Amino acid sequence: MEATLATIVAAAAPLMFASIGETISEKSGVINLSLEGSLMLSALAGFVLAFETNNTWIGFLAAAAVGAVFATIVAFGSITLQLNQVAVGFVLAILGIALSSFLGSGYTGKPGGDVAVPPWDVPLLSEIPIVGPVLFSHNVVVYASLIVVVLAWLFMYYTRPGLSLQGVGERPEAAHSRGVPVNGLRYLYTIVGGALVGIGGAAFSLDAKLGWSFLHTRNFGWIALAIVIFGGWHPIRVAIGVLLFGFLQWLALDLQDVFPDLTQVLPIMPFVLMILALVLVNADWLRDWADRHPRWGNLIRGDAPSAIGTSFSAE
Amino acid sequence: MTVRSGEDASGVRRAAIGVLPFLVALLFASVLILLVGENPIEAFRLILRGSLGSPDKLSDTIMVWVPLTLAAAGLVVTFSAGLWNIGVEGQIVLGAIGAALIAREVSAPAWILVPLTLIFGIIFGIGWALLAGVLKTKGKVNEIFGGLGLDFVATGLTLYLIIGPWARPGIASTSGTEPFPEDALLPAVGDTRFSPLAVVLTILAVLGVWLLLRGTRFGLKLKAVGRNPTSAYLLGIPTNRYILGAFAICGGLAGLAGAIQATGFHQKLVPSVSGGYGFLGILVVLLAGFRAIWVAPISAFFAIVMVGSISLTLRLDIDSAIGGVLTGILVLFALMAAGIRDYRQRTKAREAPPPEPEPDPVETPGSVS
Repeated sequence: MEATLATIVAAAAPLMFASIGETISEKSGVINLSLEGSLMLSALAGFVLAFETNNTWIGFLAAAAVGAVFATIVAFGSITLQLNQVAVGFVLAILGIALSSFLGSGYTGKPGGDVAVPPWDVPLLSEIPIVGPVLFSHNVVVYASLIVVVLAWLFMYYTRPGLSLQGVGERPEAAHSRGVPVNGLRYLYTIVGGALVGIGGAAFSLDAKLGWSFLHTRNFGWIALAIVIFGGWHPIRVAIGVLLFGFLQWLALDLQDVFPDLTQVLPIMPFVLMILALVLVNADWLRDWADRHPRWGNLIRGDAPSAIGTSFSAE
Repeated sequence: MTVRSGEDASGVRRAAIGVLPFLVALLFASVLILLVGENPIEAFRLILRGSLGSPDKLSDTIMVWVPLTLAAAGLVVTFSAGLWNIGVEGQIVLGAIGAALIAREVSAPAWILVPLTLIFGIIFGIGWALLAGVLKTKGKVNEIFGGLGLDFVATGLTLYLIIGPWARPGIASTSGTEPFPEDALLPAVGDTRFSPLAVVLTILAVLGVWLLLRGTRFGLKLKAVGRNPTSAYLLGIPTNRYILGAFAICGGLAGLAGAIQATGFHQKLVPSVSGGYGFLGILVVLLAGFRAIWVAPISAFFAIVMVGSISLTLRLDIDSAIGGVLTGILVLFALMAAGIRDYRQRTKAREAPPPEPEPDPVETPGSVS
């Protein structure tokens, strides 16, 4: 039980970074649809740089930079040029996949043992029964993935800049009239979100799934996008979504011997859940219920930021 | 994003905008090829020779062109209705499953079996597309995420069929089902995979989509729905019915592509039966500026690059993904070039006080909101 939970928490780290990064970006109104490509290319960049310099953290920096560059292209295309966000992101997703296959072919199967993130138990806390092994006996990357969730949540809902972040994604005109630099903040949060996605990529290639292989992070970018929606653009619920996905993955592996056919079906469950969640949050009867019971209603509500996917110009 | 109709841009500049991304993409690919220590000119020559250089290669290229063009032609219809049909991959997969079902379960002479596999492919594709459509119209699920989810469900379904009910006797392997019986295979010329029937159907599909959008009442109303669903609805167009119609047409063409992939190219059901032609088709349509007639030549270029770069790997030490890099950069820079042109026009209009009459802005399909 403990061991299982600990495995799920550790394996969830890359997806945690990526999903929270995407949540921040979408919260500001910009969909970074390039995730599948940027996650894969940053995973490659992280591994290659760490391998060549023999320094894990340079790998993480490089990966964050790749994620940030992709996000900057999305931001430039959608904010400055007012191109369709989905179009730019989608093309970048496909391009990132191709680039990672092309540039990574020489690094397939290279041993990454020397540059793996070293384990580090949190002193004292890791001694606590149950909680210790589950949460505090991993490595700094896993701890950081959990801290990022809490920080993102506190920032968005309990700080003034966080309110501005929500403002530019929900009602950019109102934010603008209050003197908030809408497009500047959108650039900032899209790039910050992209850097987090990049760190997620390195968390794959330098920790959770050490090394590089063809299509190393296959489908995880799309999955992160699905989880952001499943989580209703709320960092804590997104984190729960990531852990739920991790649980389903573990279940698929664990049940492999019992129900061999199921192993092919379980990995698609997050997508079925996402579709069901989307149908549910948009269902009229549930919306009515949520309106009448605000205390519980707000827990299940999962509306997209109102201005998501649109561009804003001051005049 | 808005696409200006571009009457005010001079022909030369418009041509430059078309050619420039192409040159940038070639340059980018050349640099990458130089980086891995090979000769770009030699590489491009090998790409052409590897895709067009022999009857075998040419027929492979044509049989990549067929599903890519079919998917892209279908996507022109959904884009015209303002829809991002990311579910197109899954629709291709379901088409392959529909065709495989007939090929495996029905025994009949080829002249019955072949049309039947294609028809079932089309029906399955339509069904899967309508699922995304109903999720959008009834469930208010954005078609991008509904479609993405359905893509994965379709892939999961294929894997389940291949290792489950349709597993090869004795071997549980993800390499595919038993090859289909001879009578169910798409008739091909000689020893190649080249199927004239598939090519004829593809040309008909492109012409059909072109005529539909250009010369019919349905197409006109569909485009009205795509540009402004609210006013289309207020003008009395049953918006949801047109959205479902667009999904059905695209799903049918994608399903046909999948059926041809299964019975013509792989000759069995394999996990990666879609070949990624759905997503690639989206790039084709973006590059074609959502115009049906351009879909055919652009798909041909993509098919040449894709097939050619596979044989490139055999000769030079260059990964075949160079083809995907080349086409990806091409589409990215084409988008950016169009965006920069519009951006310049906007800033110019702002600086010059007496405003010129704005050319009709044409909404690009699919603002996500």
